Amino acid sequence: MSHEPSAVVAEDAAAGYKTRLGVWMFICYTLFYAGFVALNLASPRAMESKVLAGLNLATVYGFALIVVALILALIYDGLCRAREEAARVDAAEGDTN
Amino acid sequence: MTIIVFLVFVLFVLWMSFYLARRTTTAAGYYAAHGQIHWGVNGIAFAGDYLSAASFLGICGMIATVGYDGFLYSIGYLAGWIVALFVVAEAMKRLGKYTFADAVDAKYDSRGIKLAAAISTLIVSVFYLIPQMVGAGVLVEPLLGLQHHWGVLMVGAVVITIVATAGMTSTTYVQFLKGLLLIIFSTVLVVAVLMRGFTTRPDQGGRESFYEYQSLAAEETGGQLTVSEPGWDVVETQEVSLTATATATFVKLAHGGAETWWMVNRTPAGVTLEETQSSVTTSDGRHLVNGAPASEDNQLRQVGNLEQVRGQTNPPKGRTGPFAFLSAMADEDTIVRRWQKAKFTDRNDGAVMVYYSALTPGNRLMRPGLKFKVEGSPIDKLDFISLMLALFCGTAALPHILIRYYTVPDQASARKSTIVAIAAIGFFYILTLYMGLGATINGVLNPADNNMAGPLLARSFGGLLFAIISAIAFATILGTVSGLIVAASGAVAHDLCDRYLKMKMDDRGKVRIGKIAAVVVGAFAIVLGILFKGMNVSFLVGLAFAIAASANLPALLMLLFWAKTTAKGITASIFVGIVSALTLIGFSPAVYTQFGLDPATAPIPFSNPGIISIPLSFAVLIVVSLLTQEPKREADAEPEAA
Repeated sequence: MSHEPSAVVAEDAAAGYKTRLGVWMFICYTLFYAGFVALNLASPRAMESKVLAGLNLATVYGFALIVVALILALIYDGLCRAREEAARVDAAEGDTN
Repeated sequence: MTIIVFLVFVLFVLWMSFYLARRTTTAAGYYAAHGQIHWGVNGIAFAGDYLSAASFLGICGMIATVGYDGFLYSIGYLAGWIVALFVVAEAMKRLGKYTFADAVDAKYDSRGIKLAAAISTLIVSVFYLIPQMVGAGVLVEPLLGLQHHWGVLMVGAVVITIVATAGMTSTTYVQFLKGLLLIIFSTVLVVAVLMRGFTTRPDQGGRESFYEYQSLAAEETGGQLTVSEPGWDVVETQEVSLTATATATFVKLAHGGAETWWMVNRTPAGVTLEETQSSVTTSDGRHLVNGAPASEDNQLRQVGNLEQVRGQTNPPKGRTGPFAFLSAMADEDTIVRRWQKAKFTDRNDGAVMVYYSALTPGNRLMRPGLKFKVEGSPIDKLDFISLMLALFCGTAALPHILIRYYTVPDQASARKSTIVAIAAIGFFYILTLYMGLGATINGVLNPADNNMAGPLLARSFGGLLFAIISAIAFATILGTVSGLIVAASGAVAHDLCDRYLKMKMDDRGKVRIGKIAAVVVGAFAIVLGILFKGMNVSFLVGLAFAIAASANLPALLMLLFWAKTTAKGITASIFVGIVSALTLIGFSPAVYTQFGLDPATAPIPFSNPGIISIPLSFAVLIVVSLLTQEPKREADAEPEAA
């Protein structure tokens, strides 16, 4: 590698797992987003229908895209942290042995 | 009051920059804040970086004029962070050092990649810089009573000082402060909107009396219009094309010594003339507003109001809840008076801009279709898909966003700061819907320029809130411009001078050349900000997203996930992404309209290039990589993140 990073980055044993997890979560969210775009094109009038607490489908789906992004992000972080912790424990045990 | 709040804020920012400058002597400090920023601070700084003039001024203005279609930008901009978090965040931290070029060139040490990535960074940064500088000029006019070019100069001078003193460190803390304040006071503004509730005669809390627009009965015989009421004379009639399929008729009426423009409304019940507002520049250079010479006291009136709420012309007064507000706005029996504009030349060669109103039911306002023709032709639908694609893919390809991953200590911090950014930015984007709709119904919109919807809405609640919101809006521009100039100066000093041209420099020399580059880029941005006065802020930022998504994202993703990616493939992909996006934009209907040409004659039928330029850039990378495989490289080239 020709350039060193700006801060010293430790070896990340969980990197492969996090990448695979990220790709799958990215695909899930992309489908959700594509569904929004497709619905707007296929049936724009359906977006007028009231679906929740007097809000129309356009508003609920739009807010859901924002809220679901945050929920997926928190799930991703939780799973990544668990795997990083497990990798740290494995590494510590390896050092002890 | 406004000026005091504004000056206090600017002086505080400058003091902070000089204070932090004492700790910035190395290249790592200047370009990446030593990689030691806390993830929480970096997350809010991400929000500060990202919530630019386009978000606060542009999106609020667009929602205020076209309703839900403006909110689509909020959704697309936020969704783009998912790409950043799940695909790019940790990889950027792992691969790079100071710039976007560092990351894509990490495995190759290719001069071609360095040059292509530096050029791409510069082009995207400049496209992003122009609307910020234009926004600065727009903002200072009502805030400080200064002319546009003074606003641009002021922002340029302050930002150059911020960046040239302490680089990424001061930029980060300016963005943190601005991001935090923007979210807090936008929340205050939304609460104020909900507390005010609904009225059909908005008077800005008693500050501005509600103006009732007139309607006159008319008769039309043999194509000749006459006003039924005596004392009104028809001076001239103009047929104006509004879109490719819609036209409108405007008549100039003389009454009491003044000449004003009215819109002809033909219904089965008869013909009526609806009062409009107008801004006319006569052939001898005089400027008339609503038929009288323009002056400090004779400006275009602020507009936007409800005609009825759930069928009631006098809705109950008092506060409303957040869901009840949106529910009432989306009701088919809620009627909103929106304002549009038409441009034409009168019979005396005067340039006329007429602002006319149209009544829109809530159910139409609160679903897509007023701006984006989702029910239009296949090309219109393709244009919509293209925009949503560019917004989704653009975020994770913006150089000034990507370099923020270098300011945190490790990959977990990069991930966590992105999550903080998603929370902060997502919350703000929900607020934009309330702020935009609040401006729609509270009679605060400037019909000539919707960019000031947010600050003018704040002014309707009093001088203090206006002063704070305007100072934050100014800081919004300061923060984003600072980040962009750091990214651009990194591209010039680090990518081009240091790594591409291999100029011999020690660490202090790298910082010095970075500062010189910041001053030059800042001066260039000032000139462009003055030249591009009047350009639409959101439009230009949308283009920056499309260029970034076309030039940078394919290279970044294929580098991470395709083992056969080569340096030549990446270089070709970046150049093709830039050229194709710029070409498609240059010949699009939007650019033709912007420069006063007939959009129907534009060779490219849609305005958003992403749907062609992004796949094209991917395809070029794949083809060129397959054609330039080297046996040795093949063995080495494991996918970085597999």
